[in-house]
Amino acid sequence: MATIASKRRTGASRQRTSTHEGFLTHRKGRWLKISALLAVALIALYIFVPLPGQHFGSTWLGYTLGTIGALLILWLTMLGVRKRAITPGRWSLKAWTSAHVYLGLLLIVVGTLHSGFEFGWNVHTLAWGLMMLVIVSGMFGIWVYATLPRALSDNRYDEDGAITEKQMVEALRSIDRQIHDAAQPLDSEAAALVNRSLEEDPFAGSFWNRLTGRYPRDATRSAASGLRQMRANKPRVADDPIEKVDALLTRKEAMLARMRRHLKLKSWLQAWLYVHVPVTFALIAALSAHVVSVFFYW
Amino acid sequence: MSEVYKVAIIGSGPAGMSAASRAAARKLDHVLLEKSGHLSDTIFKYQKGKHVMATPSQLILRSDQDFDAGKKEDILDKWTARTADLGVNVKYNAEVKSIRGTGPAIEGSVQKIVTRARDGSSTTTEVQRFAPPYAIELTSGETVMAENVVLAIGTQGNPNLMRCPGSDLPHVTYQLDDPYAILDEHIIVVGTGDAGIENARGLAEDSAQGNVVTVLNRAPKSTNVRESFPTAKEPNAKALVEDDAIGKLAIRYETETKAVEPGWITLATRDGEERIRCDRIIARIGSAPPRGFVEGCGIEFASADRLAFPTLSPSFESTAPGIFVIGALAGYPLIKHCMNQGYDVIEFISGNTDLKPADEPLLEAKFADLPGRKSVNEWLELLRGNIAILDGMTALQMREFMLDSDARFYKKGETIFEKNAPGSSLFAIADGSVHVRIDPNDSSKVVPIPKGSIFGEVGLISGRRRGATIVAAEDCICVEISRNAALKLQSQVPTAKRAIERISTERQLLQMFGSGLSSDDVREVVDTAKIMQVRAGEPVITEGADDKDVFVIRVGSMIVEKDIGGKPVFLSYLPAGSYVGEMALIDGGQRTATVRAAIKSEVIRIDGEAFRRVLDAKPALLERARNDMEGRRRTNAFIESKKDGFSGVVDLYSEQAKFLVAQGLGEATDVLLIDERLCVGCDNCEKACADSHDGLSRLDREAGKSFAHLHVPTSCRHCEHPHCMADCPPNAIHRGPDGEVFINDTCIGCGNCQRNCPYGVIRMDKVPPKKPSLLNWLLFGNGPGPGEPPYKWSKKNTKYTGDPQVDEALDRKKAIKCDMCAGIEGGPSCVRACPTGAAIRVSPDEFLTVARLENEGA
Ligand SMILES: Cc1cc2nc3c(=O)[nH]c(=O)nc-3n(C[C@H](O)[C@H](O)[C@H](O)COP(=O)(O)OP(=O)(O)OC[C@H]3O[C@@H](n4cnc5c(N)ncnc54)[C@H](O)[C@@H]3O)c2cc1C
Ligand code: HEM
Ligand code: SF4
Ligand code: SF4
Ligand code: SF4
Repeated sequence: MATIASKRRTGASRQRTSTHEGFLTHRKGRWLKISALLAVALIALYIFVPLPGQHFGSTWLGYTLGTIGALLILWLTMLGVRKRAITPGRWSLKAWTSAHVYLGLLLIVVGTLHSGFEFGWNVHTLAWGLMMLVIVSGMFGIWVYATLPRALSDNRYDEDGAITEKQMVEALRSIDRQIHDAAQPLDSEAAALVNRSLEEDPFAGSFWNRLTGRYPRDATRSAASGLRQMRANKPRVADDPIEKVDALLTRKEAMLARMRRHLKLKSWLQAWLYVHVPVTFALIAALSAHVVSVFFYW
Repeated sequence: MSEVYKVAIIGSGPAGMSAASRAAARKLDHVLLEKSGHLSDTIFKYQKGKHVMATPSQLILRSDQDFDAGKKEDILDKWTARTADLGVNVKYNAEVKSIRGTGPAIEGSVQKIVTRARDGSSTTTEVQRFAPPYAIELTSGETVMAENVVLAIGTQGNPNLMRCPGSDLPHVTYQLDDPYAILDEHIIVVGTGDAGIENARGLAEDSAQGNVVTVLNRAPKSTNVRESFPTAKEPNAKALVEDDAIGKLAIRYETETKAVEPGWITLATRDGEERIRCDRIIARIGSAPPRGFVEGCGIEFASADRLAFPTLSPSFESTAPGIFVIGALAGYPLIKHCMNQGYDVIEFISGNTDLKPADEPLLEAKFADLPGRKSVNEWLELLRGNIAILDGMTALQMREFMLDSDARFYKKGETIFEKNAPGSSLFAIADGSVHVRIDPNDSSKVVPIPKGSIFGEVGLISGRRRGATIVAAEDCICVEISRNAALKLQSQVPTAKRAIERISTERQLLQMFGSGLSSDDVREVVDTAKIMQVRAGEPVITEGADDKDVFVIRVGSMIVEKDIGGKPVFLSYLPAGSYVGEMALIDGGQRTATVRAAIKSEVIRIDGEAFRRVLDAKPALLERARNDMEGRRRTNAFIESKKDGFSGVVDLYSEQAKFLVAQGLGEATDVLLIDERLCVGCDNCEKACADSHDGLSRLDREAGKSFAHLHVPTSCRHCEHPHCMADCPPNAIHRGPDGEVFINDTCIGCGNCQRNCPYGVIRMDKVPPKKPSLLNWLLFGNGPGPGEPPYKWSKKNTKYTGDPQVDEALDRKKAIKCDMCAGIEGGPSCVRACPTGAAIRVSPDEFLTVARLENEGA
């Protein structure tokens, strides 16, 4: 990828890129290489440097690793600020994310070595555990970021090209209006069924419904099957309004399914952050407790 | 025919109304003829409550009517009251149909009117002019006589008329004031733009209205309303299609009117003719500019160009003696200018010839910093006398021209502009001379450009960056002609147009083929070169053909395609400033690929033989052309080899390129592209945009089209020749120093740019109140957080003062669009704030390269 820094006439400079390069491969995996190298070096130090005593944490190497680890955690947390503070300057959030991911993974090595593999039921191990939880959730996030966007994009395409979430909602509304008009001749029992589908909010449903994409008590679904049952019990007539409504309900179901797939993918893209971020705060609390207790009791 | 007025004023817009008011104040015998039932129809039709702006603020108003910025309704009320007070003789509902001189034929004064048919052929009719007094015929059949006529009909024009037999019957109408007043009729709506759709839907809204409404659509039915209703807004078209689906009204596709008779209409459909009932026809098929009518009055336009205005004397008199043209029709679209001209024209007609134009102080300011104390008129004379392309201009045109241009003094050695700087203005040397630096590293290698000539034309024509650095060779005075003024100049003064074309062709060739060539070397080539317009999609070179001409792309861009395995495969993208067609010339043989216009373009066609002679005489040039050719060959060979291997990759590459071209990338200079395989939908790009621009996002990430995971969101592309600039009354849209197209503070919120931008990237909105800081939100949850605040929050937090002046400013809607984060260190915020690298801003020539194929193929 070509990155040209062109001098601009206003004095402000700008990074120019000519292709899409994802955060995982940012600058041909610069942060991956740096982190891997550091990990190898730290492990070598741990193995080959002779150190006295039992509590690894209180040796010079232990302190160093601990300090690096704590600072790293604070820096990793700063991603949340960087993402939202749109200050001038030649930073790129993509570069930050790239560094965040690989240096975050490096923490597994830093933190675990720092512990000296001594685990127990105490605040120190709690901090380590929370750290690992954040990291594992981060790894899950990477998996989500790497796989779901493609599915999200695929779901938006149909024979006329891609449609947006707004257009999906519009399409549903439009079908609703058509159902409403087509349902005028129906008897009150059938109309009540259809009405429940019309009253249904496409965004309704619990968080769980969204994540799973399953909506067991869906009104459109039950309206369609209800109508079909009614029609089965009636003599067949030409131009049966029920038939017309049924066809429209089927169309609505298809669009609803698509919309829900869309919402499901979008939820997954965000849901993991609801673990990653709160646990980060828990981690910082535990980390503070760990640091304070270390300085008091050792 | 009782009375002959001293002056008849046609059109009661700001220009005509001000003229009539002056006439009334001077007790001149006058009449004001207005088509509609009220004053100033154009302003009357602005949206309700529109804030009308009084720009330019430095210009003093000289009129018997008041005008200050304010609500449209208030302004019209004031004008109406004042018009009555002054005793203006207004005749409403008086639409003028024709103006004829009733005096003797004026010898040698013949008006040539060229009419162009759709197929491109043209016919010329000659009309003999007759001396005043003029007989002004109204559509009512009445005739008004006047010695002088002031034409102030603006540029809104008249609705296009239906042409089929019977279309002059009274039930064929072009307007619908109240759709709910029409009951129980069979109605045909012709035209599927927004106006037609809104009318049709209104007529059929309630079944109780009892109307049977049929909409005729020439386009075929398609599931994609953007195709079946290309001129309508999407929601409108969708709503209409829905109404059709539920039987409220009927849309007939691929149908046109054949004939009209009372009660019936005959339609031409794909399956033959059909006659159906019809009590009323509403035709909403666009409006035609008033040019035809104006020419018919004996008034000549400066050129056939669509942008041309009537040719006028310094006192606004047209080529028809005694007919004066003022206001928007004369090329002055701002209300203040219009009103001043109304005043002035009546003064001129009354014989007050030494009236100083009202724009005098503006022009004085323009010349204030130049050395030598000269009056405005002396300066204008000097410029016109010294600069060759200004030669054919009238004094009035010179004034108007200078309002949009700047005269500057440069000291010897001073840089006028630098290579690669963006810029679309043209420069002309009024005094002194300049040097073009041809070697960026060696300031002694220069080519002189003498006094009277021009430079900077490449930027003007192609919209691309400056090709070379220009420095003042001695102390000099140059006029920087803004793009708008230069376009106007070219349409007003045909000789200027030809001069600019010739110079630009020659320079473009010299620049393209590098040093070592002089104008003498390319004389023959320039003389035989032809400038051709190419429509989008039209080929200039066809694969397999035997011609040998070379083409230089002057405006627009081209794509190169080759037929591989029965499918056209995209090979490369050529921006303006490149040339094609050299292969067949150098190596002989047939054309190996097809070159077609990506968008409407202009090419210089160079005669192959003439060019061959230049190549033969200059081996160095031949060498260079060979190198360029080899480079292109390698690219083509690479693509062809890939095609053999994994054909899917090349197909995708090719289809994507075509998709991007279809999205108008061919005229973009910098476009936002999102890779959907990376985009996680976090909308941080939109939030970043809002947070770096007054809290309003200029980008709609989700909207816009996608193809094969590549998404072109709704965001400005900074077009080479921005459509949005075309019709901005205060001329508020400019290209900035970093190549961005931006709107400055003088915007009056008319919405023209929003309508003119084909990509729908401009929004009209008011600035939300300031948010609490980010830290405040992070720590205490104050404010709405990053990104554009919700409408409700803005509404609640707007601090109205009770002072109408201030409150009005808080509510004022202005045009808002991407400015490429100009001046912000780091560049576009949307790109910097994307966590995954999905969003990039690129120029099409950076993006549409084979490098892409290599990356994607992996
Ligand atoms: C939406 C919008 C917003 C704008 N906002 C501003 C602004 O804020 N500030 C500003 O300075 N400018 C603004 N402008 C520009 C400005 O309104 C016009 O340029 C100006 O009105 C032109 O004045 P005029 O007198 O030349 O013609 P017009 O105002 O167009 O008036 C022409 C009149 O002639 C009548 N007429 C036409 N043909 C005939 C005929 N054959 N017989 C008899 N009468 C006829 C018409 O009915 C009309 O009343 C805006 C323009 C638009 C479209
Ligand atoms: C202890 C270590 C870590 C801490 C403290 C931490 C903290 C954070 C924080 C505070 C955010 C900001 C979320 C937001 O504001 O939206 C974030 C985002 C993120 N983190 Fe971590 N993280 C850690 C490790 C990791 C690891 C190991 C990975 C990957 C393997 C990772 C991947 C991500 C990703 C992909 C994002 C989202 C970026 C975005 O969408 O803006 N993190 N992290
Ligand atoms: S606003 Fe529209 S027309 Fe103007 S430069 Fe941007 S994309 Fe082009
Ligand atoms: S910028 Fe747009 S809205 Fe503003 S005055 Fe110009 S054309 Fe009208
Ligand atoms: S910031 Fe990037 S990932 Fe987020 S929505 Fe915008 S393009 Fe997609």
